[in-house]
Amino acid sequence: MSKKKITLYASILAFSIIAPFAFPDFGTQLATLWLMIIVAITWDMTGGQMGYNSLGNIFFYGTGMYVAALITIGLTYDIGDYTSAAGGGIYEFTDLEYFGGMALGILGAGVFCSLSAIVIGSLTFGLRGPYFAIGTLGVAIAAGELVANWDWVGGGQGIALPVYPGDLDTGKTFFYFLFAAVGIASFLFARWLYGTRFGAAINAIRDDEEKADAMGIHTLRYKLYTWSMAAFFVGMAGGISAFQLIHFEPLESAYQTINLGIFMVVCVLLGGKGTLWGPVVGAILFHLFKEITWNYLLGWQWVALGALIVVTVVYFQDGVMGWLEHKRPEWFGRKVEKKVVSVSQ
Amino acid sequence: MKKLSLLSILMATLSLLFSQASVAACGEIVLGSAISLTGKYATNGVHAKNGYEYAVQKIKDAGGVKIGDKCYNFKVIYYDDESKGDRGATLAERLISQDNVQFMLGPYSSGMTKAIAPVTEKYQIPMVEAEGASRSLFNKGYRYLFAVLSTSELYLASAVSLAAEKAEESGKKASSVKVAIAVENDPFSLDIRAGVSEDAAKFGMEVIIDEKLPRDLSDMSAILTKVKLLKPDLLIVSGHSKGAATAVSQIEEQNIKVPMIALTHCEAADVTGNYGKAADDILCSTQWDETLAYKDPMFGSAAEYNVDFKKAFPEYADKTVPYQIAQASAAVYVYMDAFQRAGSIDKEKVRDAIAATDLMTFYGPIKFSEAGNNIAKPMVLRQIQNGEYRVVAPSKFASHKINWPRM
Amino acid sequence: MDQVLGNIDLLFQFPIVNLKIILDGIMIGALFALAAYGLALVWGVMNVKNLAQGDFVIAGGYVSWWLVQHGFPPLLGVPVAFVVMWGIGWVVYKLVITRVIERDLFTSLLATFGLAIMMAQIMNLMFGSDTQSVDLGYPTLHFFDGFIDLPIAKLIGVGMAMSLAGGVIIFMKSSRMGQAIRATAQDARAARVLGIDTEKVYAFTFSLNSAICGAAGAIIVMVWVIQPFYGISYSIRAFVIVTAAGLGNLPGVIAAGLGIGALEQYGSHIFGIGYQQAVAVMLLLLVLLYRLIQQRRNRQVLK
Repeated sequence: MSKKKITLYASILAFSIIAPFAFPDFGTQLATLWLMIIVAITWDMTGGQMGYNSLGNIFFYGTGMYVAALITIGLTYDIGDYTSAAGGGIYEFTDLEYFGGMALGILGAGVFCSLSAIVIGSLTFGLRGPYFAIGTLGVAIAAGELVANWDWVGGGQGIALPVYPGDLDTGKTFFYFLFAAVGIASFLFARWLYGTRFGAAINAIRDDEEKADAMGIHTLRYKLYTWSMAAFFVGMAGGISAFQLIHFEPLESAYQTINLGIFMVVCVLLGGKGTLWGPVVGAILFHLFKEITWNYLLGWQWVALGALIVVTVVYFQDGVMGWLEHKRPEWFGRKVEKKVVSVSQ
Repeated sequence: MKKLSLLSILMATLSLLFSQASVAACGEIVLGSAISLTGKYATNGVHAKNGYEYAVQKIKDAGGVKIGDKCYNFKVIYYDDESKGDRGATLAERLISQDNVQFMLGPYSSGMTKAIAPVTEKYQIPMVEAEGASRSLFNKGYRYLFAVLSTSELYLASAVSLAAEKAEESGKKASSVKVAIAVENDPFSLDIRAGVSEDAAKFGMEVIIDEKLPRDLSDMSAILTKVKLLKPDLLIVSGHSKGAATAVSQIEEQNIKVPMIALTHCEAADVTGNYGKAADDILCSTQWDETLAYKDPMFGSAAEYNVDFKKAFPEYADKTVPYQIAQASAAVYVYMDAFQRAGSIDKEKVRDAIAATDLMTFYGPIKFSEAGNNIAKPMVLRQIQNGEYRVVAPSKFASHKINWPRM
Repeated sequence: MDQVLGNIDLLFQFPIVNLKIILDGIMIGALFALAAYGLALVWGVMNVKNLAQGDFVIAGGYVSWWLVQHGFPPLLGVPVAFVVMWGIGWVVYKLVITRVIERDLFTSLLATFGLAIMMAQIMNLMFGSDTQSVDLGYPTLHFFDGFIDLPIAKLIGVGMAMSLAGGVIIFMKSSRMGQAIRATAQDARAARVLGIDTEKVYAFTFSLNSAICGAAGAIIVMVWVIQPFYGISYSIRAFVIVTAAGLGNLPGVIAAGLGIGALEQYGSHIFGIGYQQAVAVMLLLLVLLYRLIQQRRNRQVLK
């Protein structure tokens, strides 16, 4: 790593640590930004690096929420009683039950989602291109609908977790750092992964799956592992969200297919598909766009968002990183001969 | 709506004139509420908002909230939550952190309250709500949530016991009654279902249909087909105003004959006005009725509230005033009482004062349990008889006899 | 579980229920088939997978609803919606679709998804989020002791859907434009070489699709209800049908449409109407799975 890069990474890390204290009013928004970064990086693992565009990664987010919440509740109380519409006793959690349950819950969410990615993937990875996108979208929608009809986990009324036991500001900072930790971990993981043979193999699958297969790469296995790694991080992020939101319900907050489910794709496209920094840059830009429109264009925010998707997809598909790479190839360590027309993929 | 705004402008100018002339201007206490002005809960969201507005104006006219030697008027900031939980939560956060609201009024429906309560709890902002009845709201140990209404398992409990009574009168066992339940998939209606199932189980009744309404509540014909085939003795439908309207119109359309049909939210959906005869002999649960003998110094008796409210909001002139309005007004009244007893606008002191509320109102007695729900007020059951709502149960309050069977 | 078994039992105990379910299914299926046919057209001709399909349907419904609100007769809504949605389809084609035809398929999918979000929200802002319908004011026929009710409005709706489908089939078979469309679908480059203006064909096809959807929506608003966010469920059904029937197989699309309509009704009868949406999506997954297994047998993949 060059000196320049080390300074860059160090300053980003320093900023991440200072940010919640420097901008205390924006604590929740900053935490959400990390969430966007996590889901964007993990989406790019399959979408950008492996060429499998999933519209169903939100499944892992929603499932993560439920798994984390159910583990936490289940460790202390009976889940059926807790979620019963009929109410009942008052449920309180000691600090140990809350934080212990949360730690196990979030980890459990990650593990469960990774395993479910293997199961779902072994069915859906036979689908290619748009069929894969639609199939995974179908899985996410179906999961939301089924959970909404499952009384044991609260059905349509969702689950309300206990409120963070400490005071308000510590709570905000706490969740910020949880998200930040998972975010940094997923970034470093992706950075390492793309440099390995494994990374080369999934790139080969993206470029030509038949050839990769013919070369002896066990493509299905690679696809499953990659998705399951992505699902691990998304599941953990969902688990953290469950505690941050406190109350969530299946269709609008957990399996929110047309919100976060599509945002993550837009983030990646905006930043640049198949690059390391693209998802991060895209998530930051997208989150800014979203916060601004949600505050100043209330009512029209969804129209603006739809327009952003269309414009990004139609006119600006290489994203910010793709555009930069085209304009400033030397930043990407590419030697520029006198007249190189294009280096973008 | 146009009439209303004209009226309020008039009132505002009038009160401005008066306040300049007589009283030294009162201070302002800002309340916040995310409420459903569009979406599936819009009808009742508007009812609740009108109830809040009416009480705010009434208190203002009576000289405001007196805290020490100062007087204050309420002002409510509303946002439209579009009947969506995640939006409600976002807006509550916005009210608290951007508009610096220190006291919240509830949204409409249990589901929305469930989404917002964690936010007010997190920020430790008291919320007095009038429209969230599900019991599942009151088992989370929330300290800042208070509800003036009775919880939802009580809504249709008397319908079940009435059905049992009628079965016995006609020489059958109570346990022979077959119950059909169709509810919306949301906290309120799921709690109605839980309550009815519990009560039915007590009598040993069999629940033969137990279905959920589709999400937009616009079509229940598939369920009614099963009703036709299985012939239950009691049909329960709960899905807020939208569900009540769909039920009444489709029961008529498909010519469904069930001896007893009980709904929630008939008045709010104005089923008598919209469907006329089709609504006759349907049982409706209500939190409040204008014929009940409750009164307080601010709003007068229940009957007086009814008359005065219709004067202030002429669009309700030839309708039954839905109880959603009365309880919304009662919530504002609880705030006024609490502020005056606390003698302060410090939110912790006000919270403690709300918790200690023991108040008689035009809407009924209000006293909060440890968990925050009102444990002092009973529910009543009305039947639509020739287009009029008549109280038929419980017998203590009944003004008329029930028409049974409904055919 | 008891509930489910009880519901299945009902089907045998009262065979008449089956007739009712199948009738309902066929009626709704006819409209699914219309939307699916439009999708099969654009998919086959220009390889665009339009996820905004359902939103075109809903938009057509609102055109008709708006007319009725302004005092026009409801049946006029169908032709007007056809024309208006033709125009909107053409604008959408020029602004968006024409730029994604040559791209990879995910691009068109995502672009039309963005479009779907935009359209749903614009309709929400214009017409509010409540469900709306148009009442034709015709009576309902009752059969079998009042057990099967058949609103005349539904019969009219199905009749119109059938004649529209018939019209499109004849148009595709006999007109010059229809031939050009079919030629382009077979081999766009060869069509271009033979002097067919494929750009024009694409624009026409997409507008035609949008118009068919619009007319379907205008029928739906007379018979059922519409709401700004219902689009996605019609899009999903269109995908299910086209995936099941394959492209360029018109009778197949219609048969699949009717069949899926009936299956869905059976599903919501057996599992409860709360599962309506779930049943539709599960059907999609089952169809994909079925096609996958079928392809795997031929050592191919579903692309």
